[in-house]
Amino acid sequence: MAKPKIATTSLAGCFGCHMSILDIDERILQLAELVDFDKSPINDIKEFTGEVLVGIVEGGCANEENVRVLQEFRKHCKILISLGDCAISGGLPAMRNTIPLQECLDEAYLNGPSVHNVARRIPNDPEIPLLLDKVYPCHEVVKIDYHLPGCPPPADTIWQALVALLTDKPLDLPYELIKYD
Amino acid sequence: MTDKTITFEIDGVEVQAKEGQTIMQAADAVGKYIPRLCAFEGLPAFGSCRLCTVKVNGRFQAACIHPVAEGITVENDTEELLEFRRNIVDMLFVEGNHFCMFCEKSGNCELQAMAYRLGITAPKYPYMFPADRNIDGSHKDVFIDHNRCILCGRCVRASKDLDGKNVFQFVGRGPQKRIAINAQAKLSDTDLDVTDQAVQVCPVGAILTKHVGYATPVGQRKYDHQPIGSDIEANNK
Amino acid sequence: MSENLETVVRAACESFGNDRTRMMDIVRELQESQGCVSDDAMDLIAKQVGTHRVEVESVVSFYAFLSKQKKGSVVIRICNDIIDRMFGYERLRQTFCDALGIGIGETTPDGLITLENTPCIGMCDQAPAVMVNDEIFTDLSRDAAVEIVEQLRAGVAPERLRRRLGDGNNSNPLVSAAVTNNIRKRGDVVFAPLECGRALRKALAMSPNEVIRDVKTARLRGRGGAGFPTGMKWDFTRGAAGDRKFVVCNADEGEPGTFKDRVILTERPELLIEGMAIAGYAIGAREGIIYLRAEYAYLRPFLEDTLQRARNMGMLGKNVMCKDGFDFDIRIQMGAGAYVCGEETALISSCEGLRGDPKNRPPFPAQKGYLGCPTSVNNVETFCCVARIVDQGAGWFSQIGSKGSTGTKLLSISGDILRPGVYEVPFGITMKEVLEMAGGENAKAVQVGGPSGQLIGPDMFHRIICYDDLATGGALMVFGPQRDLLEVVEYFMDFFIEESCGYCTPCRVGNVLLRDRLENIIHGKGEPADLTYLEELCQVVKATSRCGLGQTSPNPILSSLRNFRALYEVRVKEDQPFQPTFDIQKALNTAKEIAGRPSMHFAE
Repeated sequence: MAKPKIATTSLAGCFGCHMSILDIDERILQLAELVDFDKSPINDIKEFTGEVLVGIVEGGCANEENVRVLQEFRKHCKILISLGDCAISGGLPAMRNTIPLQECLDEAYLNGPSVHNVARRIPNDPEIPLLLDKVYPCHEVVKIDYHLPGCPPPADTIWQALVALLTDKPLDLPYELIKYD
Repeated sequence: MTDKTITFEIDGVEVQAKEGQTIMQAADAVGKYIPRLCAFEGLPAFGSCRLCTVKVNGRFQAACIHPVAEGITVENDTEELLEFRRNIVDMLFVEGNHFCMFCEKSGNCELQAMAYRLGITAPKYPYMFPADRNIDGSHKDVFIDHNRCILCGRCVRASKDLDGKNVFQFVGRGPQKRIAINAQAKLSDTDLDVTDQAVQVCPVGAILTKHVGYATPVGQRKYDHQPIGSDIEANNK
Repeated sequence: MSENLETVVRAACESFGNDRTRMMDIVRELQESQGCVSDDAMDLIAKQVGTHRVEVESVVSFYAFLSKQKKGSVVIRICNDIIDRMFGYERLRQTFCDALGIGIGETTPDGLITLENTPCIGMCDQAPAVMVNDEIFTDLSRDAAVEIVEQLRAGVAPERLRRRLGDGNNSNPLVSAAVTNNIRKRGDVVFAPLECGRALRKALAMSPNEVIRDVKTARLRGRGGAGFPTGMKWDFTRGAAGDRKFVVCNADEGEPGTFKDRVILTERPELLIEGMAIAGYAIGAREGIIYLRAEYAYLRPFLEDTLQRARNMGMLGKNVMCKDGFDFDIRIQMGAGAYVCGEETALISSCEGLRGDPKNRPPFPAQKGYLGCPTSVNNVETFCCVARIVDQGAGWFSQIGSKGSTGTKLLSISGDILRPGVYEVPFGITMKEVLEMAGGENAKAVQVGGPSGQLIGPDMFHRIICYDDLATGGALMVFGPQRDLLEVVEYFMDFFIEESCGYCTPCRVGNVLLRDRLENIIHGKGEPADLTYLEELCQVVKATSRCGLGQTSPNPILSSLRNFRALYEVRVKEDQPFQPTFDIQKALNTAKEIAGRPSMHFAE
């Protein structure tokens, strides 16, 4: 019988949470016995091949591409998990939420102290996804089933969550494994 | 406070208290922890956070304010009240801009620790991302980050009652309410000193001492291993 | 710092004895003379009365009628309450904005006129209404609005603006208000004919305890909305330790839809004064305070005159009515625009020159109230009832109304009815009878008791007006078939957010969360689970809030969910493309503008 599948992605994230997944170290061998990886940066599979049991999303929604990918994840994944503070609260990228978008772009591409931009043009190639007015937590965009906080969440937190979900047990994190930093 | 003993019940357990104590004081004395954020020993009770809401003879009251009385039945550790407390903590998180991942108070923060104790992984309310919270770094030793302020009023009370000054007070009303300083513009224009109790009592990273950030390694901070309230629960006879 | 400002501040402070507990009066005077209470003024005030500038700022920043920023010498406040919205607020606002060339919250470039919105000013039966400084203009047409602007621009002071004077004492030279009483039904208690002084004389012939006994026998309950037994409150206050006690009249009347106290103050101020003097005698107080909302400042000269006449007649002052040893006098304390100051402990805070924050209880005002002294805070109408009870007997009073709700109740009825105004009716009358009287038989819904009360529909019009069923401090707002009830509820939530003092978490944050989710539902972005979200959030706000405002602010949503659930159910749907708070088009608007191209994934 086919093994259940896991898919992962990083939206507006730094990939630190993915590094934390890999910090499960040799337990990845156990994981490989239990599941197959579908769409994920870890195996570089770029599109969903079908329905997936668990989807893990790192990073919040900063642009329309993030929203599109997140919608895809909600559609294809039976269980969807927000991994890390960026997915749960917008995280560091959400620091721009109190600043108007134009000001952010001006600072990043024109006026910032280390900017070298001779043409003084803010990039606007038609292939660049449009930015959202704010960076949104994932559960404010689609329904999310579980949240694993942390920056990044400890590998043990991720491991315990995966084991619980894959063995159909309740996800009950002990005090030590709930961390917001 | 007289020496008269009052007997009452918390969560089905009989407790002896002294007349004049609040429910919170009596509970603390016997190692029964009632969650709180704005209460601070040595400061007058304030009643703003509402985390200490308990049920007294079926009516909701703030344990930090409500006095003990003979024969009352107090409920504290019920699922209903725990859920209310989670909701209130959620409200405090979404009301401000709380970035735990780089905040110097992380690991020693009472708001964060309360959320850990209550098992919160994400707030159930949408984030407000307020844009009107500024940072005052003018003082040479102390900085204020209003993004993190939970309006507990400890700094106001401490500055008045413990420091004999009047550096802080609330201004504005409703969602616009915030802490202001006793000066036209900057914290450095006030008589605040880094040794003031007002600087020490902040439960979150809103008032912080400069030059000492991240001094304690992760794993050795106050709430890394011990949930908030463990010190009170250790009183349990 | 201008020499002039120092002089002004010193004079203002000294006229109130440099007493920091009179901060409200001091800052009101600065606001009036300077158009603001500036940073410099705050520093000067603090020095003069011996407090700190941040304490002064704390007060100034709390009240809607005070400001640090300079306002025009004339402030036009347009009432944007729900009733006014139903009767032309929007057109009126547009008219003023066009005539002045500014928006709401702005001041004309010449610094003359500031335009603002303001919540219920107690003129719902003659909406739309505006305040021009302290002057009130009701039933205001667009032409009349333009005329006001023209006169102001020509240099006419607000007190001299042309107006058609109202009935009764509204046309008294000391009032001169374009306000109508609209007393539609007079009852036996408040609006019955009055023989001034008779009640007080009778009271003084009894002992204080006998007076309280009479009030208890009459089973009088507070007329402000909370309905606390008056005799019991007076008993507690009388029995509390302390030589100095206070009688306070709550004339804040801020609950939207309530305007009956305004009419009492206009037509029966003597009855109120008599009631307060009786209260003073009963509880052992020598001092009384009338806390008058800023929106009723137009009545102040008339009330001060009435107080002076009472003194001249010996009804106030030393040895009242020749009763040796009983001195009693009353002063007026003005508010400055804060609904929460209708809550008795917030009112006391305001009297003490502080922010209008409710206080922690216990202790209750009967033990420790104004300035830490035993204080009884009662509603305007309650004092009037007291005077009648003493005059005509507790037995007589308790025969009127019903067992749990004796006497009459003044109802202020407004909205989609033929005859808005004030009705004095015996308790126990049904809503159906009330609607027939007022000409609102086709009502779709009635908000009973203002936003903090409940919204009921025709299936409940058989219920009765009394403390234990349809309780109200007087407000009844009637909504006809054409009204969108969810928008009414949303307006009420906006009101509570505006008026919340902000002290406690659940009210300060919870009400915003409630309003925002309701807004989503109204805009068609809600799902069925949102109704559970609202109910649960309402429960936590109600249970954990510190004062009556937060404990009742969820009521509009709770009662409309209970009594008009279908209105919600029809607006929510499953399988929304996104979570309720996410609007992809709104989120992309700014970027689309900046980039000058449409979204690649989310076409409109």
